[in-house]
Amino acid sequence: MKFPIFLDNHSTTPMDPRVLEAMLPYFIEKFGNAASRNHAFGWEAEEAVDTARKQIARLIKADPKEIVFTSGATESDNLALKGVLEMYKEKGNHIITATTEHRAVLDTAKSLEAKGLATVTYLSVDKQGTVNPQDVRNAITDKTVLISVMLANNEIGTINPVQEIGKIAKEKGVLFHCDATQGIGKIPVDVQAMGIDLMSFSAHKLYGPKGIGALYVRKKNPRVRIAAQMDGGGHERGMRSGTLAVPLIVGFGKACELCEQEMPAESARLAKMRDRLQTGIMTALEETYLNGHPTNRLPGNLNISFAYVEGESLLMGMKEIALSSGSACTSATLEPSYVLRALGVGTELAHSSIRFGIGRFNTDEEIDYAIKKVIEIVTKLREMSPLYEMAKEGVDLKSVQWAAH
Amino acid sequence: MAYSDKVVDHFNNPRNMGSFKKDDEDVGTGMVGAPECGDVMKLQIKVQNDTIVDAKFKTFGCGSAIASSSLATEWLKGKTLEEAQKIKNTDIVQELNLPPVKIHCSVLAEDAIKAALADYQKKTETK
Repeated sequence: MKFPIFLDNHSTTPMDPRVLEAMLPYFIEKFGNAASRNHAFGWEAEEAVDTARKQIARLIKADPKEIVFTSGATESDNLALKGVLEMYKEKGNHIITATTEHRAVLDTAKSLEAKGLATVTYLSVDKQGTVNPQDVRNAITDKTVLISVMLANNEIGTINPVQEIGKIAKEKGVLFHCDATQGIGKIPVDVQAMGIDLMSFSAHKLYGPKGIGALYVRKKNPRVRIAAQMDGGGHERGMRSGTLAVPLIVGFGKACELCEQEMPAESARLAKMRDRLQTGIMTALEETYLNGHPTNRLPGNLNISFAYVEGESLLMGMKEIALSSGSACTSATLEPSYVLRALGVGTELAHSSIRFGIGRFNTDEEIDYAIKKVIEIVTKLREMSPLYEMAKEGVDLKSVQWAAH
Repeated sequence: MAYSDKVVDHFNNPRNMGSFKKDDEDVGTGMVGAPECGDVMKLQIKVQNDTIVDAKFKTFGCGSAIASSSLATEWLKGKTLEEAQKIKNTDIVQELNLPPVKIHCSVLAEDAIKAALADYQKKTETK
């Protein structure tokens, strides 16, 4: 086993060696600008980009012309929200989104609000983190121009009923944007069946390179138009200027092709490892709580709260495993995860959560090591916890008058 | 965020972790913080002739909170009650090299010391 073990595959993924291999010729040998129409260097770059576009489009059942390359999902989210609001301002200025969305969507929405360019409805979710399509329907007004709901959540892995939301959007004539960054390559995505008009995703979450992503922009039924947020040479059908990052795009394409070929077997394997991790931890330790949806979630995702111990100290006790804590305790605000709070998880349990993200290169051996380590550190920290001691003595922690600080 | 070696050492090898019986007459107990803020510290002192002969802690919190309370118990042992009153959070910050976002951990440790001393004082007064 190699240490540290990487179990944080929601934050990023290692690149697949086959992706690197595909990219290598496009740095030195085939370095052309895909927009150069007058010589062979440009042609071969353009051809490589076209191939990648097809590979990416195939994974999401889109037309290659509907893929707009960006620097990553954050830029795609910005482009979708700002681009639609600007383009359709005659029609309205209302956005519907949810409280558990990624910061790239929420902060873009807030920024539009602050500039007076949009009014935003933030839908709450149920206890498992799912957006209710009926809530979406009820929130639509004659000023609504965009619905933005994520496919799968980055912390708890819960998968939203995107297809139903897409149907409502069509029926009401409202555009539907989906941040699918965590879901693409892990679960089947079909922009036709799901009724998605715009979709953000990035390569580095699916074993491709960092620094490249895409925005899917529907071409017909309806033809979606967005106002460019980057002015320049008019690349990507005028929607996103800037010289295409050919090697990154080639890697993105290859990564999507691999996901398409291997997804059925891979997601089954990841789900099995995840279930092994979940059962191993939760049967050995009392008072552990699963966050998110028990079944309708990403195959590699596991988010657990451990009562009476604090998330950051848990991570500190497992330095040989790379994990993420739901509580952003390292930030100056010391706020626990807003996603867990949105599910109604109590602040103390939100402080006590760990997110496990299992990926393509993890092994059963690593999972078993993680189980052993988690049990060990939680037991140690509970011994050290005054809350655990009080609970064991039968004190109801909720009845204690704490001096909040 | 990288922790200082001293924080890591206290976290891996906590000093004086445990509890005294809080109803014993020679024990002072201070409990500060709140679960929803992500840290709770319990600090206890055992006193003989105005001198702290033993100290123990239990902490729910991040590594810096655990280290701050562990260090506090080390410093308390052997001090008179008067000397213990003078331990400042800034001393803890300096000793453990705490970054700005973790200063509240040292403040909590100072509060816990003060609370334990006050609890002991109250017990002796009501005797």
